[in-house]
Amino acid sequence: MSKGMRIKEAKQYVADKLGVTPRDLSDNLTMHELRGELRMGRIFEGETTYFNDPSPLEAKYHIAENLGISINSVNRFKVGLGIGG
Amino acid sequence: MSGAPGGRFTGRRRAAAEVTYVEAQVPTRMGDGSLVDMTRSQIRAEIEDGTQAAAKRGKVEPLAQDELDHLLDIFASASRFTGVDIGDEVILSQDGTGQPQQGGTVDALYQTEQIICQDSVELCHMDYSYPAIKPLVPFEQQAMKEAQERLTIPVHYGAQPDLGRYSRPSGPCGNWSELLPQMKIDEARAAQEEAMAMAVEDMVFVAESLWEAGADGIDFDTAGAAGDADLLAALCATETLRARHPDMGIMIGMASEMVLGMHGELEYKGTRLAGLKPKGQLQVVQQAGATIYGPAINTNTGKSVAWNSARALTYVKPCMDVAEIPVHLNAGMGVGGVPMFGFAPVDAVSRCSKAAVDILRLDGL
Repeated sequence: MSKGMRIKEAKQYVADKLGVTPRDLSDNLTMHELRGELRMGRIFEGETTYFNDPSPLEAKYHIAENLGISINSVNRFKVGLGIGG
Repeated sequence: MSGAPGGRFTGRRRAAAEVTYVEAQVPTRMGDGSLVDMTRSQIRAEIEDGTQAAAKRGKVEPLAQDELDHLLDIFASASRFTGVDIGDEVILSQDGTGQPQQGGTVDALYQTEQIICQDSVELCHMDYSYPAIKPLVPFEQQAMKEAQERLTIPVHYGAQPDLGRYSRPSGPCGNWSELLPQMKIDEARAAQEEAMAMAVEDMVFVAESLWEAGADGIDFDTAGAAGDADLLAALCATETLRARHPDMGIMIGMASEMVLGMHGELEYKGTRLAGLKPKGQLQVVQQAGATIYGPAINTNTGKSVAWNSARALTYVKPCMDVAEIPVHLNAGMGVGGVPMFGFAPVDAVSRCSKAAVDILRLDGL
């Protein structure tokens, strides 16, 4: 979004960074597993709890790291922790 | 009921083996959302007329025959819901999320992420206007900080440039809507230029304040609603923000298919803004440094959804050849072919959305 990337290019970029194919990004089963493994956050569902899953800010930290992108709120959180700037 | 089982054709019996076939009808929608029945031939005629209407008025090429055939397949279907092929999904951005049915504003954003599964949301104030928000910025910053801590998906902040708010009696500038009918052209232009400078300052102030609170991006929504000066204000604010914040997402969503020439002489980097259609709008939006462009094609409530969709896609199609940034078609209440109704029927919304993605190869909606 901040890079202004067109959708085809963006899907390929994300797929390459995550080591999957662009088609995998459309598969919620695959992505559910992958997001869990990479700690990028998942949809909460009452009957299937993930108490060890990351909080939103932690999930965004992992998204930024895994995709090599800058996320404003994560950067500000890191500044607050004294680990970034 | 006469004719075949299921009433698919009927006929006046003339002889034992002689039946007059009547084309089956499918349920579809008008631009005001009302449910009507049309035959496949009637829907085909609507689509052909819609693309020709846009081609004539917008001075663009009509859709090609294979595109018209595809639209016919989408709209001449009785299914409740439709969707794009697996793998063709696009990003769903949204303007004006945050008005809750229950709980607070940030609760609404959270529910939109977790239940509706939107790809991004937009925090906004009920008075969706940058000049109105300016005095309330600290409270919006607090809400943004909370939203960033509770949501994983991108959270934009959005409002309208709302240039008219700067004119009397709401604001300090002359009212160009009153001056123009009095033939006070110079005064009307001067009033818009004065308002524009204030609007740019306010938009930059609010955008930077929300960026400071963690926003992922800013939305200048319904840009051009008050005419060419309104759009120019959004472009100038974008240019300033891009220079200061290279990573800021900036979305410019348009007000209509053509920029009104309320001023008439305003240019952005050599391009006259009055009369700009989607392709020209996209080009100036790109030049200003925005990262998402949202064309808005208004729905004609007296025409069918098929007609409106064909017309909207014809207007937007020339954009796609020159797009360097994502194009997210406004496809909601009263724009992008979708009926002008507060609770747009899902059969119409899904068809208009699929048609737009399939024909235009859009980046988002």
